[in-house]
Formats: sequence, C-alpha cells, structure tokens
Amino acid sequence: MGLLTIKNLSLSLNGNKILDELSVDFWEGHIHAVVGPNGAGKSTFAYTIMGLSGYRDFQGDILFAGKSIKNLPIDQRARLGITLGWQEPARYEGLKVRDFIKAAGRFNGEENGVVEEALHKMGLEPLLYANRAVDKTLSGGERKKIEMASILAMRPKLVLLDEPDSGIDVSALKNIFAALTYLKAMGSTVILITHSLEVLKQADHAFLLCAGKIFDKGPVSRIQHYFEDKCLICDHKNVPEEFPVEVKG
Amino acid sequence: MSDQMQQMKEVYETTESDSSVLNDPEVAHLVIHQNKVLGLHKVPGLEIDVTELDDGVELNIRLADGTIVKKPVHLCFGIIPETGVQRIKMDVKIGKNAKISLLSHCTFPNAVDIQHIMDAEIVVGENSEYNYFERHIHGTKGGIKVVPTAKVTLEKGAKFITEFELLKGRVGEIYIDYQITGKEDSVMEMTSRISGTGDDFIQIKESGFLVGERARGVLTSKIAAREKAQAEVYNTLRATAPFTRGHVDCHEIVKDEAIAKAIPIVDVQDPRAHVTHEAAIGSVDNKQLETLMSRGMDEDEAVELIINGLLS
Ligand SMILES: Nc1ncnc2c1ncn2[C@@H]1O[C@H](COP(=O)(O)OP(=O)(O)OP(=O)(O)O)[C@@H](O)[C@H]1O
Ligand SMILES: [Mg+2]
Repeated sequence: MGLLTIKNLSLSLNGNKILDELSVDFWEGHIHAVVGPNGAGKSTFAYTIMGLSGYRDFQGDILFAGKSIKNLPIDQRARLGITLGWQEPARYEGLKVRDFIKAAGRFNGEENGVVEEALHKMGLEPLLYANRAVDKTLSGGERKKIEMASILAMRPKLVLLDEPDSGIDVSALKNIFAALTYLKAMGSTVILITHSLEVLKQADHAFLLCAGKIFDKGPVSRIQHYFEDKCLICDHKNVPEEFPVEVKG
Repeated sequence: MSDQMQQMKEVYETTESDSSVLNDPEVAHLVIHQNKVLGLHKVPGLEIDVTELDDGVELNIRLADGTIVKKPVHLCFGIIPETGVQRIKMDVKIGKNAKISLLSHCTFPNAVDIQHIMDAEIVVGENSEYNYFERHIHGTKGGIKVVPTAKVTLEKGAKFITEFELLKGRVGEIYIDYQITGKEDSVMEMTSRISGTGDDFIQIKESGFLVGERARGVLTSKIAAREKAQAEVYNTLRATAPFTRGHVDCHEIVKDEAIAKAIPIVDVQDPRAHVTHEAAIGSVDNKQLETLMSRGMDEDEAVELIINGLLS
C-alpha cells in the first residue's frame, strides 16, 4: 500500500461532478506527476487531499499512512506531514519572508539557519530576501521560489505541488528541479501537477487525470505519449465516454 | 541623580525604550509627565518653549531656516497614575530648507480614567522635511481617551511624513483628526497602525488637501479589530491643483465580533490630477490563512501572524 491512498473519491462543486470515483495509490518516496488537460480536476484533487475549505464534502476516503484523514482539518493534516504548494501562492501584507519560512520550519523542530538554508536552496540570497515582505512587490517567480523554500523548511512527508513551474523562467526552473531533488533526498513523497514535459520528466512515474478520473498511469515515457499527442490538444475534455484509452486506474 | 532625572527616566522606560539616549548631548529631548516638564534638552537651531498649564502644557517648537537636526528628537508624554488629564497644545514652525525627525512616545501604562488631548498646529517651511513618529503604549484596562488633532500646512516643496502606532495595550477610545494642506511640490504621507480589542473604539479622520501643483499625498490606515472593538476610518484626499497625485489606502482586519467601517473620499477637481483608493475590510484572507495552516500552524496562530504582518 502507498503512503497516500485515494478510494473512490467523488466531489461535486456547485452541482458539477469534478472528481468522479477516483481511486489511486501513491507510493512513498517517489515523485509522482499528475498531468491532464485544463479543467480535468488536478487542482481540485490537490485541494481535497489538503482539506481546504470548500473541498471537505466528498464521497470516498483518503488514507495517509493507512489512516483516514477525511475528518481532519488542514493544520492537523499538515502536522501529519502533508503540505501544498499553490499554483498562485498567497500574497500577504507586511509578513516577512523570514517569518513565513520560519512558520513552516518550526513544525519541523529546526530553528537556527532554517530560513537561510531554505532560501539558499532556492537560489535566493537571504540578505536580499529574508526581510522583505511576502507581498505584491515580489515577482511571480520570486513568490513561487519562496513558496518552495517554505516547503523545504517544513520537510514534509507528502507535498502536493500545483504547477510549481508556472510563471517560472528557465533559470528558476533549475531551482525548482533542485527543490525536487532535495525533497526526494529528505524522503518526501511528491505529487507534482504540471503541464510541462520538462517537469514531467523529473518524475519517477506519472498519472493521467481527465474528467475527474485517473485514465492511465505508468512510467513517464508512457504518459508522456498522451501528453504530447493528446492532452495538449485534447478535445475529449470532460467527456470520459469518448476518451480512447481504457482506464487502468 | 536628581529626583526629577530619576522620575524622567522611569517615565521614559515605561515606553520600553532605552533611556540612555536622554544622556546623548546631540539628542534633543523633552519629557513631560502630566503637566510637569521632567526633562528638556535642546540642540542648536531648535527652540523648544514649554509653558505648564493646569491640565497639560503648551509647546512652541521653532526650527531655524537651514537647520538640519541630525539625530531624532525624543519626545515623551505620559501619565503614570491611573487617572488624569493631559492636554498638549503644540505650535510647530519649521523654517525653510530645514529637516527634523521627532520620535514621540506617549505612555499611559496604568490608565483607568485618563484623557490625552493633543492639539497641534504645524507649518513646514519651503523645502523642509518633518518626520514625526508617534508610538502609544497603553495599559491593559482600556480606561483612556486619546484625541490627537492637527492642522498642518506644507509650504512649497515641504515634506511631511508621519506614523502613528498604537499596538501595545488597550486602545480605549481614540479619535484622530488630521487636516493637512499641501502647497506646490509638497509631499504628505500619513500612516496609522492600530490594534483594538475588548470594546475599544477607533476613529480616524484624515484629510489631505492637495492645493498646489504637483503636490502628492498618501494616507494609509492599517487596523486590526478583535473581540468587540469598533473601527471607523474616514479618509479624504481632495485634489484641486493640476498634476497632483494621491492615494488612500485602508486595510482593516476584523475578528470575533468586531466591526469596521471605511469611508474613503476621493475628490478630484482638476482633470490633470490623479487620486486612487484601495480598501480591504474583512476577516483574514482565506488563502493566506490556509497556506499557513498547510505548513502546520493552527488557525489562531496563523491569524495572529497575518495580523502582526499587516500592522508591522
Ligand atoms: N468552486 C467551483 N465551482 C464550480 N466549478 C468549479 C469550482 N472550482 C473548480 N471548478 C471546475 O472544476 C473543474 C476542475 O478544475 P481544476 O481547477 O481542478 O482543474 P485543473 O485540472 O487544475 O485545471 P488547470 O490545468 O487549468 O489548472 C473545472 O471545470 C472548473 O471550472
Ligand atoms: Mg489547476
């Protein structure tokens, strides 16, 4: 059994079924990519695992290390070691980068140097960034790197990364790849949502999510095929019956 | 050490600041307890005259043309007993091409029934700069009423930057009323940061009049209201001259049963002027909160971190 097991997960938002009897197992210590067309339900899937408000009312179950986390609030899930990196990270007013990262590091029991180390790992000079605010003055790419730094400081057991590469330039992409390597080295299990082939290739294996279901899974080389041929021009979006591939989930 | 000196240091130290700064001959200072002058030190070019009144003091501050006061002037006003009235009448005239920073501490650590009334008239001369930072330290009982009012005139090219901070202890009731008139090329920047709890009442009325060409103004209010606190912010920027620029910004976070209001008025009477406003009032932003919770903080801790960030 995997670190995270999803059993028959169905979730509707405003009367629309977004996740549909989804079942999947994520093995511990791997980088799992989740790909699929826009609107497939990837972010919804991540939010449901994290337990965000609005994503708590679903059928099925979510097991973490064999135990149901269905009824736990976000912070208790986080204290089990689960975290989420947002596609568009939150911006604050006045909250210092230092305090933002420290808040995540505190959970992990480490104190000294945790902020500097995490920033360094993401290629951000602590002297320039630690005392800035996590606000709208940070560029999109800087904000994403700071999100990742705070995740590194937390040393999570399971991290859901929702498009960590979106809005990121080529050099920053290297920092994101490095972060994946650090996470893997610290034994974290990563669920990596992406639209980028390059990022997909960083994964150990991959899942194809379409219309709220897992349509296929396997080595990156296999999923890459759908990704290149189908999903970029997928006209089967949210019409599962017509999807040409048999479900292997 | 004389009794008075000792007393002055004691008052000063209730502001959680290091009183050794009062020994620095290059630092001008004025320490007033209720209606008594406990300490006064001037520096060249800076005149400070104090008259003791029944219920406070009258202050005349004059800065001569061309005087640059290098180190911030330390002012301290306070009442240590539980009850009392302190009325400060302040008349400030800053000459031309001068520059001064004032750091003012107002301390009422044991307030049960106290009134602190500040009535200021300030003129900042041509091309001069006046920086004023006022920090209040109140007790935990909330028995205090603070009424700071000021009429400020900024001559051509003058710069007026103020910050008002009331984060320690209970607010009690506060009624801030500032009116600032900016002539050509002047700059006004006012920021207030206030945190209310219990049944605190916060009212801010700031009006900026951009009457001279290219005058600029920014009015910023950041307020956290918790428990049964109430906050009202009425900020006005009126631009009547060409090429004036302004921004009114109000951010209030409410928690528990607190109530907050913001009524920004942007009044532009010249087509070449440009004034904007932004107001965000409400509970803590959900995404901000859930991000911190997803890193392991519980909800209350996360809310406090977000509020402290806003008020920092
Ligand atoms: N609150 C909501 N109410 C109704 N529908 C919603 C809501 N939130 C999301 N949806 C819908 O659910 C579907 C899945 O959205 P989701 O954000 O999970 O997709 P995604 O796979 O992450 O897409 P993308 O690649 O564009 O990020 C979309 O069709 C979206 O419009
Ligand atoms: Mg998405």
